[in-house]
Amino acid sequence: MDFLNALVALANFVFIPAIAYGSQLALGALGVTLIYGILRFSNFAHGDTMAIGTMFTILVTWGLQAVGVSFGPLPTALLAIPFGIVLTSLLVLGTDRLVYRFYREQKAKPVILVIVSMGVMFIYNGLTRLIIGPGDQNFADGERFLISARDFKAMTGLDEGLALKSTQAITVVVAILVVALLFWFLNHTRTGKSMRAYSDNEDLALLSGINPERVVMVTWIIVAALAVVAGTLYGLDKSFKPFTYFQILLPIFASAIVGGLGSPLGAIAGGFIIAFSEVGITYAWKKVLTYLLPESLEPSGLVQLLSTDYKFAVSFVILIIVLLFRPTGLFKGKSV
Amino acid sequence: MKKWLLASAATTLLAAGAAQAQDAKVGVILGFTGPIESLTPSMGASAELALTEVNESGKFLEGVTLSPVRADSTCIDSAAATAAAERLITTDGVVAIMGADCSGVTGAILSNVAVPNGVPMISPSATSPALSNAEDNGLFFRTSPSDARQGEVLASILSERDVSSVAVTYTNNDYGKGFADSFAAAFEAEGGSITLSAPHEDGKGDYSAEIGALASAGGDVLVVLGYSDQGGKGMIQAALDTGAFDTFAMGDGMYSDALLADLGGDIEGSFGSVPWAEGEGTEAFTTLATEAGINAESSYTRESYDAAALIALAMMKGGEVSSAAVAANVLDVANAPGEPILPGELGKALEILAEGGDVDYVGATNVELVGPGEAAGTYRYYEITDGAFSTVSFK
Repeated sequence: MDFLNALVALANFVFIPAIAYGSQLALGALGVTLIYGILRFSNFAHGDTMAIGTMFTILVTWGLQAVGVSFGPLPTALLAIPFGIVLTSLLVLGTDRLVYRFYREQKAKPVILVIVSMGVMFIYNGLTRLIIGPGDQNFADGERFLISARDFKAMTGLDEGLALKSTQAITVVVAILVVALLFWFLNHTRTGKSMRAYSDNEDLALLSGINPERVVMVTWIIVAALAVVAGTLYGLDKSFKPFTYFQILLPIFASAIVGGLGSPLGAIAGGFIIAFSEVGITYAWKKVLTYLLPESLEPSGLVQLLSTDYKFAVSFVILIIVLLFRPTGLFKGKSV
Repeated sequence: MKKWLLASAATTLLAAGAAQAQDAKVGVILGFTGPIESLTPSMGASAELALTEVNESGKFLEGVTLSPVRADSTCIDSAAATAAAERLITTDGVVAIMGADCSGVTGAILSNVAVPNGVPMISPSATSPALSNAEDNGLFFRTSPSDARQGEVLASILSERDVSSVAVTYTNNDYGKGFADSFAAAFEAEGGSITLSAPHEDGKGDYSAEIGALASAGGDVLVVLGYSDQGGKGMIQAALDTGAFDTFAMGDGMYSDALLADLGGDIEGSFGSVPWAEGEGTEAFTTLATEAGINAESSYTRESYDAAALIALAMMKGGEVSSAAVAANVLDVANAPGEPILPGELGKALEILAEGGDVDYVGATNVELVGPGEAAGTYRYYEITDGAFSTVSFK
């Protein structure tokens, strides 16, 4: 019984939140890594692309709710995601046409593109705030919990509760679907293969007749889709506030770099590594150990490796260690 | 130029001469320009309202009229505020100062001007806990409570509810840290134990790590000292989602209707404290101020009225127009024992004091000066029932 209690406590406070958070980071990091692999710059505007994409989704969700459309027990926002993707794709393609293409034709150095993307970031940032405002927006509807902690306790008779939010489950399921789709696309379709070829060797790809503008366009559309899905899932699970999307840029970049920039598989692994280390290393093990150990050995302190203040330091320490020993990241991405 | 100098010198002399004869000047130093310039006109007018009331009662020290002299504290510029206060004391010869407003300039005036000249000041709105420990030679008072005071109030609410073990999370800034420290000190003094006091950053989306640690530490109630539109709400949300805590004790930053709208049903039974002004005194002041054309609902108008009233009453109690009389008697007239005095009853208070009696000035904000002469403040202890804030009591 005690063992089960320990397991449930660990699942409730570490595994479930970390898996959901990791999926959100992984989806974000995939977008960053695709841009880095194919367009060859670090896109600082990614966090705000997520914000603006989520904003579109929210606006459409509100529209759907107003005309009485709902998705049963699932959040209406899932229905609105395709609309959000279309609008965001149009926006990023417009941005590419207006801004990035100019620098691409100049063969500008990656560092210049990074600064340009920061400019784009501020503009998206401002647009989001102008349209929807800087405050919190709550757009989740449908069932909130698959199992709530209270129900779980009543059901199993354990002392510890296990809560599984429907948004957490949706996040993981959608993330798996999207990643599977992306990998199938990259590995089995002609366009996907041409994207990988362009990423591996631009000149060779051009010589073999691949249309670079088409590759760039498809990349932006995929990135927009990933950003909207990641942003909406994050917003459903937590809440939508433009500023938090700006803040999430750091862990997303840490994930992408730890995994290896340019490597999709690495982005996913990186997302989970960062999420688990943020939640796990600062976790206070007292509760779990109290269940597991005999009474005489019960800890009196919190058994916490690091205080939660250092949550963000953890991801960066991991980042530094990985870069010291494997400069290209865990999955052999491009060196930074 | 020479003529102008002469003229102004003459006026000063006249003014100074007059002061000895029948005028007692009270400085009103507030930020009439600067960040709180929209609040200060009402504050100044409220202070002057109290002085006028004293004058019109005709029962103040024989033949003495109180006259306010305004000066600009700017709220943020310590040098300008110090110069303005210096002018009030050396040129205008004020016996006491009603002010200043913002904590920073108040501290500067206190240490640079008031203490060296021995002039007492009563601030209506400086709330920094640091001022409680300032070197003031017994010259500094305030009619607004120190931010630290609320920690004690919240701790007393918890012990009233028989909660003995809590986890604390606070927003990681001066407000949150100061609040958490004062709460911890008060709560532990009352025999409670704090399992973990962990800060949270505002503006983050994910608080599962913080909640994980707090849940592991345990506690009957989670004390949330943050902002309702920032991390405080995020922490409560995460605690509810994981089932870590279901009752929350909240500081003033968490009091908002938006929080209720978003979480209302889930935080049933949670409670908290928020500064509040209510009661006979507040109503009396509102009537009085409205009659005089002052917006009583504007911030710190009540505290300003009370500050000025205290200066007048302390002088009356001391029986002379002097800084020393004010400094020595403020606590005396503000606190029990004595006849309770509401706004509009200053004349009655003067009468009692003239006969050698005692008054307990209640004023617009239930003035009760504690510790080094600062307001205990009135806090509303509320509980969330049926998705609404309902008052349990006032503290």
